Amino acid sequence: MMILRKPISILTAILFLTSSMVFSASETTDSLQVATAPATTEVEAHGEHAEEAKSPKEVVNAHIQHHLQDDYYFTFFADEAEGKHYGFPLPVILIDGGLKVFSASKFHYGETVAEVDGKFYKLYHGKIYETNAAGDLTMDDHHHPTNKMPLNFSMTKNVVSLILTAVILFFLFVGLAKTYKNGHNNLPKGFSRVLEPLVLYVRDEIARPNIGEKKYKKFMPYLLTVFFLIWLLNLLGLTPLGINVTGNIAFTLCAALFTFFITQFSANKEYWGHIFWMPGVPVPMKIILAPIEVLGMFTKPFSLMIRLFANITAGHTVVMGLIAIVFLMKEQLTVGGATAVSLALTLFISVIEILVAFLQAYIFTMLSSLFIGMAVQDHHHDDHH
Amino acid sequence: MDKLINDFSYGLFFWQAIILFILIVLLAKFAWKPILAALAAREEGISNALLAAENAKKDMQNLKADNEKLLAEARAERDAMIKEAREIKEKMIADAKSEAQAQGEKMIESAKASIESEKNAAMAELKNQVSTLSLEIAETLLKGELSNKEAQTKLVEKMLGDAKLN
Repeated sequence: MMILRKPISILTAILFLTSSMVFSASETTDSLQVATAPATTEVEAHGEHAEEAKSPKEVVNAHIQHHLQDDYYFTFFADEAEGKHYGFPLPVILIDGGLKVFSASKFHYGETVAEVDGKFYKLYHGKIYETNAAGDLTMDDHHHPTNKMPLNFSMTKNVVSLILTAVILFFLFVGLAKTYKNGHNNLPKGFSRVLEPLVLYVRDEIARPNIGEKKYKKFMPYLLTVFFLIWLLNLLGLTPLGINVTGNIAFTLCAALFTFFITQFSANKEYWGHIFWMPGVPVPMKIILAPIEVLGMFTKPFSLMIRLFANITAGHTVVMGLIAIVFLMKEQLTVGGATAVSLALTLFISVIEILVAFLQAYIFTMLSSLFIGMAVQDHHHDDHH
Repeated sequence: MDKLINDFSYGLFFWQAIILFILIVLLAKFAWKPILAALAAREEGISNALLAAENAKKDMQNLKADNEKLLAEARAERDAMIKEAREIKEKMIADAKSEAQAQGEKMIESAKASIESEKNAAMAELKNQVSTLSLEIAETLLKGELSNKEAQTKLVEKMLGDAKLN
């Protein structure tokens, strides 16, 4: 039991870190390695005789890393001992002297070189490199291949998940919109009944108080869309489908940039005035404040990006780490014991993750509307400066 | 951080930007606009209905007050009518009583008058009778005196005695 206690305390620490606002991304993966390390030290001793095979800890880490990354296959489950994957390959779209579209099945999970129109491509650690027919990669000091990389606009697992989620979202809300066709007093039925209060929640609790009664309407489409998209993607990330869109920095960057541009383009004179020539302070202070305020313009969406990414990544990492207890600790706790411990902890974290899924969607929308509200507000207090 | 930048997928970013933009536009047109419009319309309807209910309540209260007033008026009128009727009744009884009294007195008066007249008539008759009788006595007396003194006296006494009896 002593072995068990240590990871739990560390995991609790991770949990607290997860909820904290400033959470750097690189820490996420580091803390997991800390979390799994004590649990696996014992196993490593047993696995020493097989030098060729990877230790279970490495296998688990590789798995988690792989899950957190994007993929060219939609894999539901795989039998690694036999090298079998159950899922389907997704289209790869490359721009390399013309548009090249082919199925990811050509890579055979990175084992073979794909030949397309006389050019050879190799999949290595989630990236596509141009190689020769043999598939040779030249490595630099940091073990990164130096081969040329074609422009890659592939329909990866995350893109497909995103499209699917968008389609689900579209039909859900068109369904809700349809219920009002027969008059606005027609109350929604079924799942739409859950959505209506949420729409009202976003409008009355997020947009209205932050942006203001007069101007909130213009930003409702963006806020509602981004709220429900993030929430649904977060929830789908908790399902065994194994998608991790909101835990991808490219996704969160894109969403944060939307907020950034909407904020800047809808900003009024007073907003820019407050950034470049802060009213009510002496001139030297104005000059000092301007760069700080300009920096603030960028740190706000940056915090949006990092927060969502870090929270979801941490959540996925912790859940996967806890599931790994089944494999890592079955020798200490027997199969039944390890399963029970893993199940209990995973269930506990998953419940929290469901809360986090909503919370992060809420925080993203909330802060977006706050930033927009700051940019469009009429500063009546100017007279008092 | 190095790993994060190295793993950054601009492909996903590219698709995400397109998808998010399309999704916002489509949902705004087909979902958010009708949904928000309907919700706003419903809220307006509810607030209007509440206002109408409040007004109806006020009207009801006014109506109730009016009814109460009417009822009070009717009650007062009824009370007044009952009072008046009672007064009339008492007056009628009093009138009847005084009338009856006057009538009775009048009747007694006339009865008295007729009795008086009857009495006077009887007295006159009696006087006539007495005078006649006196004359007859005087005649007879005179006749007797003229024949027998003694007998005359006796007769006179006898006659007088008779007359006393009458």
